[in-house]
Amino acid sequence: MSLTRQDVEKIAHLARLSITAQEMPVYVTRLSSIVNFVDELSRAETGGVEPMAHPLDGQHQRLRPDVVSESDHHEKYQKNAPSVQSGLYVVPRVIE
Amino acid sequence: MLHNLSIGELAAHLGGRQMSSVEITRHFLARIERLNPALNAIITLTADQALGAAAAADRRLGVGERGPLLGIPLIHKDIFCTDGVRTSCGSRMLDNFIAPYDATVVARLKAAGAVMLGKANMDEFAMGSSNETSYYGPVKNPWDTAKVPGGSSGGSAAAMAARLAPYTTGTDTGGSIRQPAALTGVTGVKPTYGRVSRYGMIAFASSLDQAGVFARTAADAATVLKVMAGFDPLDSTSVDAAVPDYAAQLSAPLKGLKIGLLREFFDGLESRNAALIHEALKIYASLGTSTMEVSLPHLPLSVPTYYVVAPAECSSNLSRFDGVRFGYRCDQPKDLADLYKRSRGEGFGPEVKRRIMTGTYVLSAGYFDAYYLQAQKVRRLITDDFRSAFQQVDLLIGPTTPTPAFDIGAKIDDPVTMYLNDIYTIGANLAGLPGLSLPCGFVDGLPMGLQLIGPHFSEGKLLNAAHQFQQMTDWHNHAPRGYE
Repeated sequence: MSLTRQDVEKIAHLARLSITAQEMPVYVTRLSSIVNFVDELSRAETGGVEPMAHPLDGQHQRLRPDVVSESDHHEKYQKNAPSVQSGLYVVPRVIE
Repeated sequence: MLHNLSIGELAAHLGGRQMSSVEITRHFLARIERLNPALNAIITLTADQALGAAAAADRRLGVGERGPLLGIPLIHKDIFCTDGVRTSCGSRMLDNFIAPYDATVVARLKAAGAVMLGKANMDEFAMGSSNETSYYGPVKNPWDTAKVPGGSSGGSAAAMAARLAPYTTGTDTGGSIRQPAALTGVTGVKPTYGRVSRYGMIAFASSLDQAGVFARTAADAATVLKVMAGFDPLDSTSVDAAVPDYAAQLSAPLKGLKIGLLREFFDGLESRNAALIHEALKIYASLGTSTMEVSLPHLPLSVPTYYVVAPAECSSNLSRFDGVRFGYRCDQPKDLADLYKRSRGEGFGPEVKRRIMTGTYVLSAGYFDAYYLQAQKVRRLITDDFRSAFQQVDLLIGPTTPTPAFDIGAKIDDPVTMYLNDIYTIGANLAGLPGLSLPCGFVDGLPMGLQLIGPHFSEGKLLNAAHQFQQMTDWHNHAPRGYE
């Protein structure tokens, strides 16, 4: 199936991606070709097949002892932040 | 020359004190300075840290310590976090990101005394099969600089082929180690899912991602994999199982080994490429193996399955890049929504945005069952096909890629054609199986790869089979002109 410009605008919004008006037609064409390509999957007979989320059988999410294992590194980590004040990440005002 | 020595030979020279790690490190750094500008394989050179690490290795060697990788240089794919060193993942999004910790792969190799020379170029966030999606520009194939080296670990593969390091690291989500290994004429190993820790390896598709190694030979790869692999409590899908001594298994005779020839891998394969695989089978037959044809009927669906599962996981993994905590932030956002959208819109390249949007679409209300759930079901059918095949044979053999390296620019505007380049490699990722590509000859002067795929945790057998092949052939010793 083909995607419309409105479909792609909605997907871009859900994914929080700005797409310029100039780029938009190319995304519509190429995403449509990808969706057409993966549509081939609908031909597969999958009645009664259990969806597979993990490539290895019998693996379980491990639990670890509930003890402190990490120390505080926030200063080191925040060196990569675009904007920090008093140890807090700064973003545009959300509540007026 | 020093850059043609194997890891084992380098370790012997270091152990015998005929060479120092500083001397070896200087040799490779000089080679990178001279040869990398034409290739663009290395995007961050860490010369000072490398010489420091080499001097430290020499001190360890001086007090009698020995180790298979102690004092031997390497290059890491820029997807692995390296404490204090930029880790860009080939993206503008992380162009300014200095990793605050080491990936487990990096930490293990560092502890073994490995000397990092720098970080290798790659497709942006490992999404690509040609290394053309990198923010830092395409990597050139040392065999012909008008050709791609493959991707996503294209820088690691090109660096290996050009002998810029004794070995390099990579990651393989849909073929990103095996495909570039094939296109550059080196040996590349993608281990079983969960064999090598993913901690600190920037996530693309978490149920498929696996770290591995590029080396000239299977013997060298065995040495490195032994150090990289093993249980890591920091990776929730790391498998808690002992790592065998791969090097000790290399010489095991192959007599009686049952090899499966994948029928689906030969549909439409060009006759000259198919002929190389049949030549390889003759060599295996001379070692006492038997061959039978096997069929994996659902394998033709592996590419569409992958291009639902991988984008779905990518759209979720890459939601962490929000312009707030680290990475690229747009100029003068007018509000929080604008900050998110423009930081991501400007920070990611077109292929990454396409995959995020494909993933968002297949996970969205109304489409989830038809695409994502259906793909997960087909993934099981493909995995079951492999399981049945391994009840009949010990390993599967086929080509790694449909063609040799293609021209830079040839496929970049047509995502689906590009995706089909991974047609032979994706199946192993969907089923979590180990795979290996090794050089098996040339077509039009460009290297081609032979692919071996085995059951879960059969890396030792794959390395053994590849090593035996390399005892009978010298394809792995060919170097591109100008890089001998």
